[in-house]
Amino acid sequence: MSIRDRLSGNEAIATAMRQINPDVFAMFPITPSTEIPQYFAQYVADGKVDTEFICVESEHSSLSACIGAEAAGCRAVTATSSAGLAYMNEVLFVAASCRLPIVLAVSCRALTGPININHDYSDSMAERDSGFIQIYAENNQEAYDNYLQAHRIAETADVRLPVMICEDGFITSHALENIELEEDDAVKAFVGEYNPENYLLKSENPLAVGPYGTSPYYMEARVAQAEAMKNAKRAILDVAADFEKTFGRKYGFFEAYKMEDAETAIVLMGSSAGTAKAAVDELREQGKKVGLVKIRVFRPFPGEELAEVLKNCKAVAVLDKSEGFSAMGGPLFAETASACINLDSRPKMVDIVYGLGGRDFTVKHAKRVFDRLDRIVETGETGPIYSHMGQRDQREEVQ
Amino acid sequence: MKKMTEIRWHGRGGQGAKTASLLLADAAFMAGKFVQSFPEYGPERSGAPITAYNRISEERCSIHSNIYEPDYVVVVDETLLESVDVTAGLSKEGAIIINSEKPAAELRPLLRGYEGRVFTVPAGPISRKHLGAYFPNTPMLAAVVEVSKCVDPESFIKDMEVSYRHKFAKKPQVVQGNLDCLVDAMKEVKE
Repeated sequence: MSIRDRLSGNEAIATAMRQINPDVFAMFPITPSTEIPQYFAQYVADGKVDTEFICVESEHSSLSACIGAEAAGCRAVTATSSAGLAYMNEVLFVAASCRLPIVLAVSCRALTGPININHDYSDSMAERDSGFIQIYAENNQEAYDNYLQAHRIAETADVRLPVMICEDGFITSHALENIELEEDDAVKAFVGEYNPENYLLKSENPLAVGPYGTSPYYMEARVAQAEAMKNAKRAILDVAADFEKTFGRKYGFFEAYKMEDAETAIVLMGSSAGTAKAAVDELREQGKKVGLVKIRVFRPFPGEELAEVLKNCKAVAVLDKSEGFSAMGGPLFAETASACINLDSRPKMVDIVYGLGGRDFTVKHAKRVFDRLDRIVETGETGPIYSHMGQRDQREEVQ
Repeated sequence: MKKMTEIRWHGRGGQGAKTASLLLADAAFMAGKFVQSFPEYGPERSGAPITAYNRISEERCSIHSNIYEPDYVVVVDETLLESVDVTAGLSKEGAIIINSEKPAAELRPLLRGYEGRVFTVPAGPISRKHLGAYFPNTPMLAAVVEVSKCVDPESFIKDMEVSYRHKFAKKPQVVQGNLDCLVDAMKEVKE
Protein backbone atom coordinates (compact mmCIF):
# COMPACT_ATOMS: atom_id res chain seq x y z
CA MET A 1 0.00 0.00 0.00
CA SER A 2 1.47 3.37 -0.99
CA ILE A 3 1.80 6.10 1.64
CA ARG A 4 0.57 9.57 0.67
CA ASP A 5 3.00 12.22 1.82
CA ARG A 6 4.49 15.57 0.81
CA LEU A 7 8.24 15.88 0.52
CA SER A 8 10.90 17.88 -1.26
CA GLY A 9 12.99 16.06 -3.85
CA ASN A 10 15.93 15.97 -1.43
CA GLU A 11 13.87 14.44 1.37
CA ALA A 12 12.33 11.97 -1.10
CA ILE A 13 15.78 10.72 -2.15
CA ALA A 14 17.00 10.63 1.46
CA THR A 15 13.90 8.59 2.33
CA ALA A 16 14.68 6.11 -0.45
CA MET A 17 18.24 5.81 0.91
CA ARG A 18 16.91 5.21 4.44
CA GLN A 19 14.58 2.49 3.21
CA ILE A 20 17.43 0.78 1.32
CA ASN A 21 19.82 1.15 4.29
CA PRO A 22 23.11 1.06 2.32
CA ASP A 23 26.32 -0.23 3.93
CA VAL A 24 28.26 3.02 3.44
CA PHE A 25 27.32 6.68 2.87
CA ALA A 26 30.42 8.83 2.38
CA MET A 27 29.81 12.55 2.18
CA PHE A 28 31.32 16.01 2.26
CA PRO A 29 29.02 17.97 4.56
CA ILE A 30 29.57 21.56 3.40
CA THR A 31 28.12 23.54 0.48
CA PRO A 32 27.72 22.73 -2.45
CA SER A 33 26.45 19.51 -0.86
CA THR A 34 22.70 19.00 -0.68
CA GLU A 35 20.23 18.43 2.17
CA ILE A 36 20.30 14.70 1.32
CA PRO A 37 23.21 13.85 3.68
CA GLN A 38 21.73 16.24 6.25
CA TYR A 39 18.47 14.23 6.33
CA PHE A 40 20.46 11.01 6.30
CA ALA A 41 22.63 12.14 9.22
CA GLN A 42 19.40 12.47 11.23
CA TYR A 43 18.39 8.90 10.30
CA VAL A 44 21.82 7.73 11.49
CA ALA A 45 21.47 9.70 14.75
CA ASP A 46 17.95 8.32 15.30
CA GLY A 47 19.13 4.74 14.71
CA LYS A 48 16.85 4.28 11.69
CA VAL A 49 19.73 2.93 9.58
CA ASP A 50 22.93 1.08 10.43
CA THR A 51 24.91 2.61 7.58
CA GLU A 52 28.56 3.50 8.09
CA PHE A 53 28.30 7.27 7.67
CA ILE A 54 31.66 8.81 6.78
CA CYS A 55 32.25 12.57 6.72
CA VAL A 56 35.27 13.31 4.54
CA GLU A 57 37.13 16.46 3.52
CA SER A 58 35.99 16.83 -0.11
CA GLU A 59 33.81 15.35 -2.83
CA HIS A 60 36.90 13.83 -4.41
CA SER A 61 37.29 11.94 -1.15
CA SER A 62 33.62 11.08 -0.69
CA LEU A 63 33.49 9.25 -4.00
CA SER A 64 36.92 7.74 -3.33
CA ALA A 65 35.58 6.34 -0.03
CA CYS A 66 32.62 4.88 -1.96
CA ILE A 67 35.04 3.31 -4.43
CA GLY A 68 36.93 1.65 -1.57
CA ALA A 69 33.72 0.45 0.04
CA GLU A 70 32.24 -0.96 -3.18
CA ALA A 71 35.54 -2.64 -4.07
CA ALA A 72 35.34 -4.35 -0.67
CA GLY A 73 31.85 -5.63 -1.52
CA CYS A 74 29.66 -3.03 0.19
CA ARG A 75 26.71 -1.10 -1.19
CA ALA A 76 27.90 2.53 -1.15
CA VAL A 77 26.13 5.81 -1.90
CA THR A 78 26.80 9.53 -1.88
CA ALA A 79 25.19 12.78 -2.98
CA THR A 80 26.42 16.08 -4.34
CA SER A 81 25.74 19.02 -6.60
CA SER A 82 27.34 21.58 -8.90
CA ALA A 83 31.03 22.26 -8.12
CA GLY A 84 31.05 19.19 -5.86
CA LEU A 85 30.32 16.97 -8.85
CA ALA A 86 32.98 18.77 -10.87
CA TYR A 87 35.45 18.11 -8.07
CA MET A 88 34.60 14.39 -8.29
CA ASN A 89 35.43 14.35 -11.98
CA GLU A 90 38.62 12.30 -11.83
CA VAL A 91 37.22 9.61 -9.54
CA LEU A 92 33.92 9.33 -11.45
CA PHE A 93 35.94 7.75 -14.25
CA VAL A 94 37.71 5.49 -11.74
CA ALA A 95 34.41 4.30 -10.26
CA ALA A 96 32.95 3.52 -13.68
CA SER A 97 36.05 1.81 -15.11
CA CYS A 98 36.46 -0.29 -11.95
CA ARG A 99 32.84 -1.35 -12.60
CA LEU A 100 31.68 -0.38 -9.11
CA PRO A 101 27.88 0.02 -8.86
CA ILE A 102 27.85 3.12 -6.64
CA VAL A 103 24.67 5.22 -6.65
CA LEU A 104 25.26 8.98 -6.64
CA ALA A 105 22.38 11.43 -6.16
CA VAL A 106 22.92 14.75 -7.95
CA SER A 107 20.86 17.93 -7.50
CA CYS A 108 21.74 19.45 -10.86
CA ARG A 109 22.98 23.03 -10.60
CA ALA A 110 25.00 25.52 -12.61
CA LEU A 111 28.77 25.74 -12.59
CA THR A 112 30.74 28.94 -12.13
CA GLY A 113 30.83 31.47 -13.64
CA PRO A 114 29.40 33.87 -12.92
CA ILE A 115 28.92 32.31 -9.49
CA ASN A 116 25.41 30.84 -9.37
CA ILE A 117 23.68 28.29 -7.15
CA ASN A 118 20.59 27.65 -9.27
CA HIS A 119 19.44 24.91 -11.57
CA ASP A 120 20.73 23.83 -14.94
CA TYR A 121 22.54 20.74 -16.21
CA SER A 122 26.06 22.23 -16.46
CA ASP A 123 27.30 19.87 -13.75
CA SER A 124 25.81 16.55 -14.86
CA MET A 125 26.29 17.15 -18.60
CA ALA A 126 29.98 17.86 -17.99
CA GLU A 127 30.19 14.26 -16.67
CA ARG A 128 28.25 12.61 -19.47
CA ASP A 129 31.36 10.78 -20.73
CA SER A 130 32.42 9.54 -17.28
CA GLY A 131 30.86 6.10 -17.74
CA PHE A 132 28.06 6.66 -15.20
CA ILE A 133 24.51 5.74 -16.11
CA GLN A 134 22.45 8.96 -15.87
CA ILE A 135 18.73 8.98 -15.03
CA TYR A 136 16.77 12.27 -14.77
CA ALA A 137 13.53 13.10 -12.95
CA GLU A 138 10.67 15.49 -13.71
CA ASN A 139 9.59 15.83 -10.07
CA ASN A 140 10.03 14.46 -6.53
CA GLN A 141 8.02 11.30 -7.30
CA GLU A 142 10.25 10.40 -10.22
CA ALA A 143 13.40 11.21 -8.23
CA TYR A 144 12.22 8.76 -5.53
CA ASP A 145 11.15 6.09 -8.01
CA ASN A 146 14.36 6.41 -10.03
CA TYR A 147 16.39 6.02 -6.86
CA LEU A 148 14.52 2.84 -5.90
CA GLN A 149 15.44 1.37 -9.31
CA ALA A 150 19.06 2.57 -9.35
CA HIS A 151 20.82 -0.06 -7.24
CA ARG A 152 19.31 -2.98 -9.14
CA ILE A 153 20.28 -1.46 -12.50
CA ALA A 154 23.81 -0.71 -11.27
CA GLU A 155 24.31 -4.15 -9.72
CA THR A 156 23.02 -6.18 -12.71
CA ALA A 157 25.73 -8.78 -13.40
CA ASP A 158 26.46 -7.79 -17.01
CA VAL A 159 26.21 -4.05 -16.25
CA ARG A 160 28.04 -3.28 -12.99
CA LEU A 161 28.24 0.43 -13.59
CA PRO A 162 27.67 3.37 -11.24
CA VAL A 163 24.46 5.39 -11.56
CA MET A 164 23.75 9.12 -11.21
CA ILE A 165 20.20 9.85 -10.08
CA CYS A 166 19.66 13.43 -11.23
CA GLU A 167 16.99 15.82 -9.97
CA ASP A 168 16.63 19.52 -10.83
CA GLY A 169 18.37 21.67 -8.22
CA PHE A 170 15.93 23.83 -6.20
CA ILE A 171 13.04 23.30 -8.66
CA THR A 172 12.75 19.67 -7.55
CA SER A 173 15.27 19.40 -4.71
CA HIS A 174 13.75 22.21 -2.62
CA ALA A 175 10.11 22.12 -3.75
CA LEU A 176 7.57 20.44 -1.51
CA GLU A 177 5.02 18.39 -3.46
CA ASN A 178 2.71 15.44 -2.97
CA ILE A 179 4.36 12.04 -3.30
CA GLU A 180 3.45 8.39 -2.97
CA LEU A 181 6.02 6.54 -0.88
CA GLU A 182 6.24 2.77 -0.64
CA GLU A 183 6.43 0.75 2.59
CA ASP A 184 9.96 0.14 3.92
CA ASP A 185 9.60 -3.65 3.67
CA ALA A 186 8.32 -3.46 0.11
CA VAL A 187 11.26 -1.26 -0.89
CA LYS A 188 13.77 -3.61 0.77
CA ALA A 189 12.19 -6.60 -0.97
CA PHE A 190 12.24 -4.81 -4.34
CA VAL A 191 15.85 -3.63 -4.08
CA GLY A 192 17.13 -6.85 -2.52
CA GLU A 193 20.41 -7.73 -0.83
CA TYR A 194 23.68 -6.92 -2.57
CA ASN A 195 25.72 -10.10 -3.04
CA PRO A 196 28.56 -9.28 -5.45
CA GLU A 197 30.07 -12.40 -7.02
CA ASN A 198 33.53 -10.99 -6.49
CA TYR A 199 35.19 -8.34 -4.37
CA LEU A 200 38.56 -7.22 -3.07
CA LEU A 201 38.80 -9.27 0.12
CA LYS A 202 36.90 -12.40 -0.88
CA SER A 203 39.39 -14.93 0.46
CA GLU A 204 38.55 -17.81 -1.89
CA ASN A 205 38.89 -15.58 -4.97
CA PRO A 206 40.76 -12.34 -4.25
CA LEU A 207 40.38 -9.59 -6.82
CA ALA A 208 42.62 -6.71 -7.89
CA VAL A 209 40.80 -3.41 -8.39
CA GLY A 210 42.20 -0.48 -10.36
CA PRO A 211 45.49 -1.92 -11.65
CA TYR A 212 47.63 -0.36 -14.38
CA GLY A 213 46.40 -1.16 -17.90
CA THR A 214 49.16 -1.14 -20.44
CA SER A 215 48.40 -0.34 -24.08
CA PRO A 216 47.95 -4.01 -25.04
CA TYR A 217 45.14 -4.33 -22.39
CA TYR A 218 43.64 -0.88 -21.80
CA MET A 219 41.42 -0.85 -24.86
CA GLU A 220 39.86 -4.25 -24.11
CA ALA A 221 38.80 -2.95 -20.70
CA ARG A 222 37.24 0.15 -22.29
CA VAL A 223 35.39 -1.94 -24.88
CA ALA A 224 34.06 -4.18 -22.11
CA GLN A 225 32.88 -1.05 -20.29
CA ALA A 226 31.17 0.18 -23.47
CA GLU A 227 29.42 -3.20 -23.80
CA ALA A 228 28.27 -2.91 -20.18
CA MET A 229 26.68 0.46 -21.02
CA LYS A 230 24.83 -1.18 -23.93
CA ASN A 231 23.68 -3.95 -21.58
CA ALA A 232 22.40 -1.28 -19.20
CA LYS A 233 19.59 -0.52 -21.67
CA ARG A 234 18.05 -3.95 -21.16
CA ALA A 235 18.62 -3.80 -17.39
CA ILE A 236 16.89 -0.40 -17.16
CA LEU A 237 13.80 -1.72 -18.95
CA ASP A 238 13.76 -4.98 -16.95
CA VAL A 239 13.94 -3.14 -13.63
CA ALA A 240 11.31 -0.64 -14.81
CA ALA A 241 8.98 -3.52 -15.78
CA ASP A 242 9.36 -5.10 -12.35
CA PHE A 243 8.90 -1.71 -10.69
CA GLU A 244 5.61 -1.23 -12.55
CA LYS A 245 4.46 -4.72 -11.58
CA THR A 246 5.37 -4.09 -7.93
CA PHE A 247 4.41 -0.44 -7.40
CA GLY A 248 2.25 0.41 -10.43
CA ARG A 249 4.16 3.38 -11.83
CA LYS A 250 5.47 3.02 -15.38
CA TYR A 251 8.93 4.10 -16.57
CA GLY A 252 10.98 3.72 -19.75
CA PHE A 253 13.92 5.42 -21.45
CA PHE A 254 11.75 8.46 -21.98
CA GLU A 255 8.16 9.59 -21.73
CA ALA A 256 6.51 10.20 -25.11
CA TYR A 257 3.70 12.66 -24.30
CA LYS A 258 0.91 12.91 -26.93
CA MET A 259 3.38 11.84 -29.62
CA GLU A 260 1.15 9.31 -31.50
CA ASP A 261 0.15 11.73 -34.27
CA ALA A 262 2.39 14.70 -33.37
CA GLU A 263 3.61 16.81 -36.29
CA THR A 264 5.83 19.03 -34.17
CA ALA A 265 7.56 18.07 -30.94
CA ILE A 266 9.91 19.27 -28.22
CA VAL A 267 12.62 17.01 -26.77
CA LEU A 268 13.71 18.05 -23.27
CA MET A 269 14.48 16.86 -19.75
CA GLY A 270 13.48 17.28 -16.14
CA SER A 271 10.97 19.65 -14.55
CA SER A 272 10.66 21.77 -17.72
CA ALA A 273 8.91 18.80 -19.32
CA GLY A 274 6.09 19.16 -16.80
CA THR A 275 5.74 22.84 -17.65
CA ALA A 276 5.83 22.09 -21.39
CA LYS A 277 3.09 19.44 -20.95
CA ALA A 278 0.71 22.25 -19.96
CA ALA A 279 1.56 23.99 -23.27
CA VAL A 280 1.00 20.74 -25.21
CA ASP A 281 -2.40 20.29 -23.52
CA GLU A 282 -3.42 23.86 -24.34
CA LEU A 283 -2.34 23.59 -27.99
CA ARG A 284 -4.00 20.17 -28.35
CA GLU A 285 -7.27 21.77 -27.21
CA GLN A 286 -6.87 24.16 -30.14
CA GLY A 287 -6.50 21.14 -32.43
CA LYS A 288 -2.75 21.41 -32.97
CA LYS A 289 -0.86 18.13 -33.34
CA VAL A 290 1.94 18.73 -30.88
CA GLY A 291 3.79 16.49 -28.45
CA LEU A 292 6.91 16.20 -26.36
CA VAL A 293 9.52 13.64 -25.43
CA LYS A 294 10.95 13.82 -21.93
CA ILE A 295 14.33 12.09 -21.82
CA ARG A 296 14.65 10.07 -18.59
CA VAL A 297 17.75 8.04 -19.41
CA PHE A 298 20.56 10.12 -20.92
CA ARG A 299 23.33 7.52 -20.41
CA PRO A 300 22.97 5.08 -22.08
CA PHE A 301 21.27 7.25 -24.71
CA PRO A 302 18.19 5.57 -26.21
CA GLY A 303 18.94 6.67 -29.79
CA GLU A 304 17.08 4.04 -31.81
CA GLU A 305 13.97 4.24 -29.66
CA LEU A 306 13.95 8.05 -29.78
CA ALA A 307 14.37 8.09 -33.58
CA GLU A 308 11.37 5.75 -33.85
CA VAL A 309 9.19 8.20 -31.91
CA LEU A 310 10.42 11.30 -33.79
CA LYS A 311 10.56 9.91 -37.34
CA ASN A 312 7.08 11.03 -38.40
CA CYS A 313 7.39 14.57 -37.03
CA LYS A 314 7.85 17.45 -39.46
CA ALA A 315 9.88 19.63 -37.09
CA VAL A 316 11.49 19.02 -33.71
CA ALA A 317 13.04 21.46 -31.23
CA VAL A 318 15.55 20.11 -28.73
CA LEU A 319 15.78 22.15 -25.52
CA ASP A 320 19.19 22.06 -23.87
CA LYS A 321 19.60 23.30 -20.31
CA SER A 322 23.39 23.40 -20.51
CA GLU A 323 25.65 25.27 -22.89
CA GLY A 324 28.11 22.79 -24.38
CA PHE A 325 30.18 25.54 -26.04
CA SER A 326 30.42 23.45 -29.19
CA ALA A 327 29.24 26.46 -31.24
CA MET A 328 26.64 24.15 -32.82
CA GLY A 329 24.29 23.24 -29.98
CA GLY A 330 24.05 21.57 -26.59
CA PRO A 331 24.62 17.91 -25.65
CA LEU A 332 20.98 16.78 -25.87
CA PHE A 333 20.76 18.18 -29.39
CA ALA A 334 23.96 16.41 -30.45
CA GLU A 335 22.57 13.07 -29.23
CA THR A 336 19.08 13.59 -30.66
CA ALA A 337 20.38 14.69 -34.06
CA SER A 338 22.81 11.79 -34.31
CA ALA A 339 20.04 9.39 -33.25
CA CYS A 340 18.00 10.53 -36.28
CA ILE A 341 20.86 10.74 -38.79
CA ASN A 342 20.13 7.46 -40.58
CA LEU A 343 16.35 7.84 -40.82
CA ASP A 344 15.17 7.79 -44.46
CA SER A 345 13.12 10.89 -43.86
CA ARG A 346 13.68 12.91 -40.74
CA PRO A 347 12.22 16.02 -39.17
CA LYS A 348 13.78 19.46 -39.47
CA MET A 349 15.60 19.95 -36.18
CA VAL A 350 16.75 22.96 -34.16
CA ASP A 351 18.41 23.38 -30.78
CA ILE A 352 17.39 25.98 -28.22
CA VAL A 353 19.58 26.52 -25.17
CA TYR A 354 17.48 27.84 -22.26
CA GLY A 355 17.13 28.05 -18.49
CA LEU A 356 20.82 28.52 -17.62
CA GLY A 357 21.62 29.37 -14.01
CA GLY A 358 17.98 29.12 -12.92
CA ARG A 359 16.50 31.35 -15.67
CA ASP A 360 12.83 30.46 -15.48
CA PHE A 361 11.05 28.41 -18.18
CA THR A 362 7.30 29.01 -18.42
CA VAL A 363 4.33 27.65 -20.35
CA LYS A 364 4.61 30.76 -22.55
CA HIS A 365 8.19 29.86 -23.46
CA ALA A 366 7.11 26.37 -24.48
CA LYS A 367 4.31 27.81 -26.63
CA ARG A 368 6.80 30.13 -28.31
CA VAL A 369 8.90 27.10 -29.23
CA PHE A 370 5.86 25.44 -30.82
CA ASP A 371 5.14 28.70 -32.72
CA ARG A 372 8.63 28.59 -34.13
CA LEU A 373 8.19 24.94 -35.14
CA ASP A 374 4.94 25.92 -36.94
CA ARG A 375 6.85 28.50 -38.97
CA ILE A 376 9.57 25.97 -39.81
CA VAL A 377 6.89 23.59 -41.11
CA GLU A 378 5.15 26.38 -43.10
CA THR A 379 8.28 27.79 -44.73
CA GLY A 380 10.55 24.75 -44.84
CA GLU A 381 13.31 26.99 -43.43
CA THR A 382 14.81 26.16 -40.04
CA GLY A 383 16.45 29.54 -39.50
CA PRO A 384 19.39 29.38 -37.07
CA ILE A 385 19.85 25.73 -36.03
CA TYR A 386 21.33 26.73 -32.67
CA SER A 387 19.98 29.63 -30.62
CA HIS A 388 19.29 30.78 -27.05
CA MET A 389 15.96 31.53 -25.38
CA GLY A 390 14.92 33.70 -22.45
CA GLN A 391 17.65 36.34 -22.45
CA ARG A 392 16.94 39.64 -20.73
CA ASP A 393 17.02 41.38 -24.11
CA GLN A 394 14.59 39.37 -26.18
CA ARG A 395 15.58 41.19 -29.35
CA GLU A 396 18.60 38.91 -29.23
CA GLU A 397 16.31 35.90 -29.33
CA VAL A 398 15.23 33.92 -32.39
CA GLN A 399 11.43 34.17 -32.18
CA MET B 1 -14.82 27.01 -8.35
CA LYS B 2 -11.40 27.91 -9.75
CA LYS B 3 -9.18 24.90 -10.19
CA MET B 4 -5.96 26.23 -8.67
CA THR B 5 -4.95 28.90 -6.14
CA GLU B 6 -1.56 30.52 -6.70
CA ILE B 7 0.11 32.50 -3.91
CA ARG B 8 3.32 34.53 -3.89
CA TRP B 9 5.16 35.40 -0.67
CA HIS B 10 7.53 38.35 -0.34
CA GLY B 11 9.80 38.52 2.68
CA ARG B 12 13.33 39.07 3.75
CA GLY B 13 15.80 36.25 4.36
CA GLY B 14 15.38 35.04 7.94
CA GLN B 15 11.73 36.11 8.45
CA GLY B 16 10.33 32.71 7.61
CA ALA B 17 8.44 33.39 4.35
CA LYS B 18 9.71 30.08 2.97
CA THR B 19 8.70 28.26 6.16
CA ALA B 20 5.24 29.85 6.06
CA SER B 21 4.83 28.69 2.48
CA LEU B 22 5.84 25.17 3.55
CA LEU B 23 3.34 25.24 6.43
CA LEU B 24 0.56 26.42 4.12
CA ALA B 25 1.36 23.52 1.79
CA ASP B 26 1.28 21.19 4.80
CA ALA B 27 -2.15 22.45 5.82
CA ALA B 28 -3.49 22.15 2.28
CA PHE B 29 -2.01 18.65 1.95
CA MET B 30 -3.76 17.60 5.14
CA ALA B 31 -6.99 18.97 3.66
CA GLY B 32 -6.53 16.54 0.75
CA LYS B 33 -5.21 18.98 -1.85
CA PHE B 34 -2.30 18.79 -4.25
CA VAL B 35 0.36 21.28 -3.25
CA GLN B 36 3.56 22.93 -4.34
CA SER B 37 5.74 25.08 -2.10
CA PHE B 38 9.02 26.39 -3.42
CA PRO B 39 11.43 29.23 -2.75
CA GLU B 40 13.24 31.49 -5.17
CA TYR B 41 16.67 32.31 -3.86
CA GLY B 42 18.57 35.45 -4.68
CA PRO B 43 21.87 36.21 -2.99
CA GLU B 44 22.02 34.13 0.19
CA ARG B 45 22.16 36.63 2.99
CA SER B 46 20.00 37.49 5.94
CA GLY B 47 17.72 40.44 5.14
CA ALA B 48 17.82 40.15 1.33
CA PRO B 49 14.41 40.10 -0.38
CA ILE B 50 13.24 36.52 -1.03
CA THR B 51 10.21 35.12 -2.78
CA ALA B 52 8.36 31.88 -2.07
CA TYR B 53 5.41 30.35 -3.88
CA ASN B 54 2.41 28.07 -3.35
CA ARG B 55 0.18 26.25 -5.80
CA ILE B 56 -2.85 24.54 -4.28
CA SER B 57 -5.11 22.48 -6.52
CA GLU B 58 -7.46 19.52 -6.78
CA GLU B 59 -5.20 17.71 -9.27
CA ARG B 60 -1.44 17.37 -9.45
CA CYS B 61 0.05 20.42 -11.20
CA SER B 62 2.88 19.62 -13.62
CA ILE B 63 3.92 23.25 -14.11
CA HIS B 64 7.21 24.04 -12.39
CA SER B 65 7.80 27.68 -13.29
CA ASN B 66 7.60 30.59 -10.87
CA ILE B 67 4.21 32.30 -10.43
CA TYR B 68 3.78 35.52 -12.41
CA GLU B 69 0.00 36.00 -12.11
CA PRO B 70 -0.81 35.06 -8.51
CA ASP B 71 -4.29 35.08 -6.97
CA TYR B 72 -2.88 36.30 -3.64
CA VAL B 73 0.28 38.06 -2.51
CA VAL B 74 1.55 38.01 1.08
CA VAL B 75 4.06 40.66 2.18
CA VAL B 76 5.86 39.60 5.36
CA ASP B 77 7.93 42.80 5.56
CA GLU B 78 6.24 46.17 5.01
CA THR B 79 9.52 47.85 3.99
CA LEU B 80 9.53 45.78 0.79
CA LEU B 81 6.61 47.83 -0.58
CA GLU B 82 9.00 50.57 -1.66
CA SER B 83 11.70 48.40 -3.25
CA VAL B 84 9.79 45.45 -4.74
CA ASP B 85 6.84 45.57 -7.17
CA VAL B 86 4.85 43.20 -4.96
CA THR B 87 1.57 43.53 -6.89
CA ALA B 88 3.14 42.67 -10.28
CA GLY B 89 0.71 40.41 -12.13
CA LEU B 90 -1.57 40.10 -9.08
CA SER B 91 -5.17 39.26 -10.01
CA LYS B 92 -7.68 42.08 -9.45
CA GLU B 93 -10.12 39.46 -8.14
CA GLY B 94 -7.52 38.36 -5.60
CA ALA B 95 -5.96 40.30 -2.74
CA ILE B 96 -2.74 41.42 -1.12
CA ILE B 97 -2.14 40.82 2.59
CA ILE B 98 0.51 42.97 4.28
CA ASN B 99 2.15 42.66 7.68
CA SER B 100 1.51 46.15 9.08
CA GLU B 101 -0.02 47.93 12.04
CA LYS B 102 -1.41 50.57 9.66
CA PRO B 103 -4.91 50.46 8.17
CA ALA B 104 -5.03 49.03 4.65
CA ALA B 105 -6.16 52.35 3.12
CA GLU B 106 -2.94 54.01 4.23
CA LEU B 107 -0.81 51.49 2.32
CA ARG B 108 -2.82 51.42 -0.91
CA PRO B 109 -0.96 54.44 -2.38
CA LEU B 110 2.27 52.42 -2.20
CA LEU B 111 0.80 49.62 -4.32
CA ARG B 112 1.44 51.10 -7.77
CA GLY B 113 -2.22 51.36 -8.76
CA TYR B 114 -3.35 47.90 -7.64
CA GLU B 115 -7.16 47.80 -7.88
CA GLY B 116 -7.95 44.64 -5.91
CA ARG B 117 -8.55 44.16 -2.21
CA VAL B 118 -5.88 45.16 0.31
CA PHE B 119 -5.62 43.66 3.81
CA THR B 120 -3.30 44.32 6.72
CA VAL B 121 -2.61 42.33 9.85
CA PRO B 122 -0.41 43.43 12.78
CA ALA B 123 1.73 40.28 12.71
CA GLY B 124 4.49 41.82 14.87
CA PRO B 125 2.37 42.60 17.95
CA ILE B 126 0.43 39.32 17.62
CA SER B 127 3.64 37.32 17.51
CA ARG B 128 5.23 39.26 20.39
CA LYS B 129 2.12 38.75 22.51
CA HIS B 130 1.94 34.97 22.08
CA LEU B 131 5.50 33.96 21.30
CA GLY B 132 7.47 36.73 23.01
CA ALA B 133 9.47 37.42 19.85
CA TYR B 134 9.13 38.65 16.28
CA PHE B 135 7.99 35.65 14.17
CA PRO B 136 5.68 37.36 11.65
CA ASN B 137 5.28 34.33 9.40
CA THR B 138 2.85 32.49 11.67
CA PRO B 139 0.21 35.26 11.76
CA MET B 140 0.71 35.88 8.02
CA LEU B 141 0.00 32.22 7.32
CA ALA B 142 -3.32 32.43 9.16
CA ALA B 143 -4.20 35.72 7.47
CA VAL B 144 -3.79 34.32 3.97
CA VAL B 145 -5.95 31.31 4.86
CA GLU B 146 -8.65 33.61 6.28
CA VAL B 147 -8.66 35.86 3.20
CA SER B 148 -8.21 33.28 0.45
CA LYS B 149 -10.13 30.34 2.00
CA CYS B 150 -7.70 28.17 0.02
CA VAL B 151 -8.24 25.69 2.82
CA ASP B 152 -11.17 25.57 5.22
CA PRO B 153 -10.22 27.94 8.09
CA GLU B 154 -11.69 25.68 10.80
CA SER B 155 -9.97 22.49 9.78
CA PHE B 156 -6.84 24.60 9.18
CA ILE B 157 -6.43 25.28 12.91
CA LYS B 158 -6.94 21.60 13.74
CA ASP B 159 -4.46 20.49 11.07
CA MET B 160 -1.90 23.06 12.17
CA GLU B 161 -2.08 21.76 15.72
CA VAL B 162 -1.11 18.31 14.42
CA SER B 163 1.62 19.87 12.30
CA TYR B 164 3.04 21.94 15.20
CA ARG B 165 2.94 18.98 17.61
CA HIS B 166 5.07 17.11 15.07
CA LYS B 167 7.36 20.05 14.23
CA PHE B 168 7.89 21.07 17.86
CA ALA B 169 7.99 17.53 19.31
CA LYS B 170 11.02 18.53 21.37
CA LYS B 171 9.60 21.84 22.63
CA PRO B 172 5.82 21.33 23.03
CA GLN B 173 5.54 24.50 25.15
CA VAL B 174 5.53 26.68 22.01
CA VAL B 175 2.60 24.89 20.32
CA GLN B 176 -0.17 26.83 22.12
CA GLY B 177 1.49 30.19 21.43
CA ASN B 178 1.67 29.43 17.73
CA LEU B 179 -1.98 28.33 17.68
CA ASP B 180 -3.00 31.54 19.50
CA CYS B 181 -1.10 33.52 16.87
CA LEU B 182 -3.12 31.83 14.14
CA VAL B 183 -6.48 32.45 15.81
CA ASP B 184 -5.68 36.10 16.59
CA ALA B 185 -4.39 36.81 13.08
CA MET B 186 -7.56 35.39 11.55
CA LYS B 187 -9.59 37.83 13.67
CA GLU B 188 -7.36 40.85 13.17
CA VAL B 189 -6.75 40.73 9.42
CA LYS B 190 -8.71 43.76 8.08
CA GLU B 191 -9.51 45.18 4.66
